Amino acid sequence: MIELHHLTKRYGDKLAVDDLSFRIPEGVVTGFLGPNGAGKSTTMRMILDLDRPTSGEVTIGGRHYSGIQDPLRRIGALLEAKAVHPGRTAYDHLLWLAQSNRVPRARVDEVLDLVGLTAVARKRARGFSLGMGQRLGIASALLADPQTLMFDEPVNGLDPEGILWIRNLMKRLAAEGRTVFVSSHLMSEMALTADHLVVIGRGRLLADLPMAEFIKRNSRSSVRLRTPHQEQLLHALHGAGLTAEAGPDGSWEVVDGDPVVLGDLAAAHGVTLHELSPQQASLEEAFMQMTASSVEYHMGAGAAPEQPPPAWGADWDGRKSGKES
Amino acid sequence: MAAFPAVAQSEWTKIRSVRSTVWSLVSVFLITVALGLAISLVARNNVSDFTEDGRPFDATAVSFIGVGFGRLAIVVFGVLAVGNEYSSGMIRVSLAAVPQRGTLLAAKTAVLGALALAASLVTVFVAFFIGQAALGGGLSTTLGSENVLRAVFGTALYLTLLCLLSAGVTVMVRHQILALAILVPFILLVSPILSIVPVVKNVVRYFPDQAGSAITQVFPTDDLPYGPWAGLLICAAWTVAALLGGYLVLKKRDA
Ligand SMILES: Nc1ncnc2c1ncn2[C@@H]1O[C@H](COP(=O)(O)OP(=O)(O)OP(=O)(O)O)[C@@H](O)[C@H]1O
Ligand SMILES: [Mg+2]
Repeated sequence: MIELHHLTKRYGDKLAVDDLSFRIPEGVVTGFLGPNGAGKSTTMRMILDLDRPTSGEVTIGGRHYSGIQDPLRRIGALLEAKAVHPGRTAYDHLLWLAQSNRVPRARVDEVLDLVGLTAVARKRARGFSLGMGQRLGIASALLADPQTLMFDEPVNGLDPEGILWIRNLMKRLAAEGRTVFVSSHLMSEMALTADHLVVIGRGRLLADLPMAEFIKRNSRSSVRLRTPHQEQLLHALHGAGLTAEAGPDGSWEVVDGDPVVLGDLAAAHGVTLHELSPQQASLEEAFMQMTASSVEYHMGAGAAPEQPPPAWGADWDGRKSGKES
Repeated sequence: MAAFPAVAQSEWTKIRSVRSTVWSLVSVFLITVALGLAISLVARNNVSDFTEDGRPFDATAVSFIGVGFGRLAIVVFGVLAVGNEYSSGMIRVSLAAVPQRGTLLAAKTAVLGALALAASLVTVFVAFFIGQAALGGGLSTTLGSENVLRAVFGTALYLTLLCLLSAGVTVMVRHQILALAILVPFILLVSPILSIVPVVKNVVRYFPDQAGSAITQVFPTDDLPYGPWAGLLICAAWTVAALLGGYLVLKKRDA
């Protein structure tokens, strides 16, 4: 069991991790989410004792990482892709790692096979693509067959096939009863793989809950209505005791509305509808809302493109009125 | 904590599996032997050019001319063997595998030192015998002559210490290019130039490359304030200091 107790890390003036306490549940996939600069990588480095906490501590089964003999047998980690000497072959990279933790040499071939790098095992890492580098990193993490695995943004920069591969791998690892701790800034990705969720923003803990709980709380449904007769529609809704929020480009949204009721209501008032569609707020939106106040680098309003890339959504506050966090 | 033999074995794999480290070590041998042979052949026919007034012809020194450059190659080896961990970001993988940082550095130093010593011994003995053969019967010396065995053996120790010193400096600065930029000009330029400047000359004598080189000489060149073995000890003290400094940096800093 990995536990963080009031973990804090300061780099000069910069508070990267701020009084973080949580435990990583065993035997499931835990998604570790936060916007860029939230402190995810820093936290992971502190778990491995690579960076020393300014205060607080991390324990693994009650011990510090540096007190563990042959730690790769306990925790396998992928921190950054290509943390491999470019002039060394994939095989030799895994071999020195195996030797350092007294893992049998035969295991090197096994993990190479597992990640699909057998064909390039004797090639130097210099020529590896991002995806191959990532697979080699994952092979190093799996090398000593550890109970716990930690991946820092494993899907970063991968093509759809690679993403699918990693997603399936994580599910398989959890099915084997292993603990998987994986960081990401994509909620949608985590919703597919994680059973538990830890969200941080600006180094602080924002949420620590089961994925199902998060989905239940945040999957707000609504019905979108579009009509050329706006006044009449609003009047009819008002008369029925319903409220509508202005949606994108002239549409209206009724939270928790029932499309049957709304369709009948419009017909009864002779309102022509051009759209009547149930909407499901995405988890991505819920996540962005949760972290909106802690996003490290907001996009400047003037510099914002017409269509902000989905991962940022710094203008979220302005667009939604029903804000809860 | 971590098993030292296992970590040492893994460090050996690291060194042998990268071409640049292997070649820098091979080049110690090639440079030293080739230069020694070339100069010995030249000296054979131009003895007077190789003899200073009032001093005997130094056959060992002639066959060891290449050591001056072999030193640089072994410095490069020491820097690369340690520094490539920093240039590739691999240091984090290494420390995650062996979080006992003292053990990691000790294993690295032991493997590096053993390899450097083995390569240096082969290099100096081959350079010596090939050089003597090239000089020919009239000029050559033998291991049995006064101080010669000490000079040959001591040169290997001197090279080994320089290698470990470089490794220590690299761990301290955590950057291989920076380490090379400090060490190579120091040995090639700063130290030799300062050693002939009268005011600082007495201080420069205690620099590691200068002090350690005393043992390589069969005939002492000037009246040094220390003997050949004491000189080597001074060099060893610098090496220990560099490794200790490296240990402290490795221990204290975030990876
Ligand atoms: N070695 C360091 N020195 C100084 N500041 C650092 C260092 N490492 C991280 N930081 C700062 O700490 C903060 C947290 O960084 P961290 O890399 O942990 O975030 P992250 O959640 O992993 O972000 P991303 O999603 O972009 O990977 C950032 O503001 C970063 O600039
Ligand atoms: Mg990160």
